[in-house]
Amino acid sequence: MTNWTLALPEIVLAVLGLGILLVGVLRKQDSTLLCTMFTLGALLITALLVLTRSTGFAFHGQMVKDAFSGFNQILILSGAALSIILALDWNRAQGIARFEFPVLILFSSVGMMVMAAASNLMTLYLGLELQSLALYVLAAFARDDLRSSEAGLKYFVLSGLASGLLLYGISLVYGFSGTMDLMALRDLLAHPANATAGLVVGIVFVLVGLAFKVSAVPFHMWTPDVYEGAPTPVTVFFSTAPKVAAMALLLRVMGTSFASLVGAWQLLVIIVSIASMILGALAAIGQSNIKRLMAYSSIGHMGYALIGLAVGTAAGVRGTLVYMVIYVFMTAGAFGCILAMRRQGKAVEQVSDLSGLASNDPFMAMAMAVFMFSLAGIPLMSGFFAKLYIFLASVQAGLWTLAIIGVLTSVVSAFYYIRVVKVMYFDPAGERFDPRPASLTVVVAATGLFTAFFFLFPAPIVAAAQSAAGVLFH
Amino acid sequence: MITQILFYLFAVVLLGSAAAVVSARNPVHSVLFLILAFFNAAALFLIAGAEFLAMILVIVYVGAVAVLFLFVVMMLDVDFAELRSGFQRYLPVGATVGAVLLIELGLVLSGWTFATDSAHLRMSPAPVGMSNTEALGRILYTDYVFLFQIAGLILLVAMIGAIVLTLRRRKTSRHQIIRVQTERAVTETLEMIPAPLGAGVASMGGYRRPKVAEPEPVVAEEAEAEGHGHGHH
Repeated sequence: MTNWTLALPEIVLAVLGLGILLVGVLRKQDSTLLCTMFTLGALLITALLVLTRSTGFAFHGQMVKDAFSGFNQILILSGAALSIILALDWNRAQGIARFEFPVLILFSSVGMMVMAAASNLMTLYLGLELQSLALYVLAAFARDDLRSSEAGLKYFVLSGLASGLLLYGISLVYGFSGTMDLMALRDLLAHPANATAGLVVGIVFVLVGLAFKVSAVPFHMWTPDVYEGAPTPVTVFFSTAPKVAAMALLLRVMGTSFASLVGAWQLLVIIVSIASMILGALAAIGQSNIKRLMAYSSIGHMGYALIGLAVGTAAGVRGTLVYMVIYVFMTAGAFGCILAMRRQGKAVEQVSDLSGLASNDPFMAMAMAVFMFSLAGIPLMSGFFAKLYIFLASVQAGLWTLAIIGVLTSVVSAFYYIRVVKVMYFDPAGERFDPRPASLTVVVAATGLFTAFFFLFPAPIVAAAQSAAGVLFH
Repeated sequence: MITQILFYLFAVVLLGSAAAVVSARNPVHSVLFLILAFFNAAALFLIAGAEFLAMILVIVYVGAVAVLFLFVVMMLDVDFAELRSGFQRYLPVGATVGAVLLIELGLVLSGWTFATDSAHLRMSPAPVGMSNTEALGRILYTDYVFLFQIAGLILLVAMIGAIVLTLRRRKTSRHQIIRVQTERAVTETLEMIPAPLGAGVASMGGYRRPKVAEPEPVVAEEAEAEGHGHGHH
């Protein structure tokens, strides 16, 4: 029995995507706005379908629907929706408003939902490719802009390399175990004798391929250039939904199939995590371009999120999931402020351009300050709680080194986040920015409220993460 | 017997054309030899009973990849003489690497043994009395229909991407307007001109179409003559 109804959210989203594509192609007038609205509707419908999910395996175990997949899918859909909303006015102002933009984000989301629900290495790979292929195009979407084309090409080449590594790892795992099913792999590896050297090498390659997708050190080289070169709404998308999907894959693969081999890969994840945290903290200090700064910041944050995986317990996974939720909203909000940086119709992206924002635009300065404090992990902002859950889990598991290095790098990284706040509040006021589109204000206000007042109602999200994490490492 | 003769025939042509791919001086010839090699490999697959692989090889590799190569070779200005310039110099290194790989391949193949129950370990053995195209189709469209559809979506996204990144609507581009094409009447396009013996249509003024609102015939003839004059120069 294929049990195909479990895949209803993915099927509905894909079919709606085809419909929206048809609308865009067949209508003679410019249908960017229409397609954007339809895409938002499609994402909403899909989110509702995910929420009313039933659980189980579909298509002979190629796909799994459980609390974990549902949690990540909702997060992916919100990331996609936020980037589409943020893109609407920006793309129009840059002259790259085309109806394919929301359609590509939609298909990328389909790929990411498949990734989050993958229960077979083949499903994993196909989902990843669907996501990546749309991302390559999105990165190069401003095709007359040299930097955007460069970003697209760079991401394409490096990501292709990472896909090759991942595929090689999958083939090794399959060759040495005879199955690509994650559950079957878990049962197989329950006997330590089955963990042959070739299988472990395969796992390492899979880990490397996925680490590239979350842009963890030492597979991060593409991140700053792609973040800087891609159109900013695409950067928003890059730093939210695909990160969630890749992290979900990492957690799922390592937390179910290879959970019993935790000794074999734990050290590797610890090293990657520490390297990411340190590089994210140090390399961002010298950046004057705020998009590059956010790129290094995202590398650092992925380092923190990976601590949860390195811990190798359900508490760690819960920490990572909460981290991803908070990270998505605060990053989207921060990028919302960056998107509003526009003078005389031209987008500006230097940190110094924010100079004296507090007197020109108090609302935006305050929102940006909230996001920066949260990214730095200042108490009572949501980013603090994200780190708190992660560090608690690692201390409980006795991984003191990780927690200590994490705290130290947060202190270092607070320097450059707070420098942004200093530039906004204490530097002489520069020229005013152009008036903000309403869509940006709405997104920035919503994510800002979430970030600032997360501490009042953490329970629902933590509880959802708890039940999602219960699926893994048991 | 016949099978063996055919096998050796195709194998010899395959190896010969594969050698010609790398040794041919003209890159277009290389690509054509590559196509020949693909066809022969397809024939070998047919002999081995893998008709699906044979057809895929012809459709995908000959139909798409080789033609793509041909496009690249003919449209891009690649200086193949320059690419080849270091051939003599790098020959020893290349030959050594090749020899090492060959020895390793030999070692692997000489130590190769099949697991005793390998026939039973296969996940989807071909059912008896069914061609392998049908067998593949049966699992592809049932067990793996989900993955198959995702693969389809990937191709769709690739297509959208190619269009998004390259299609430009220029004011000057000439689009095909099918309605105008089909609504054309015969009288607008065809004209019967009775031509006497020894006189061409061109010399009777039936040369330029569509007709330009009949100017003075003398001027038109002069223009015609001038045009011819220029043509001869």
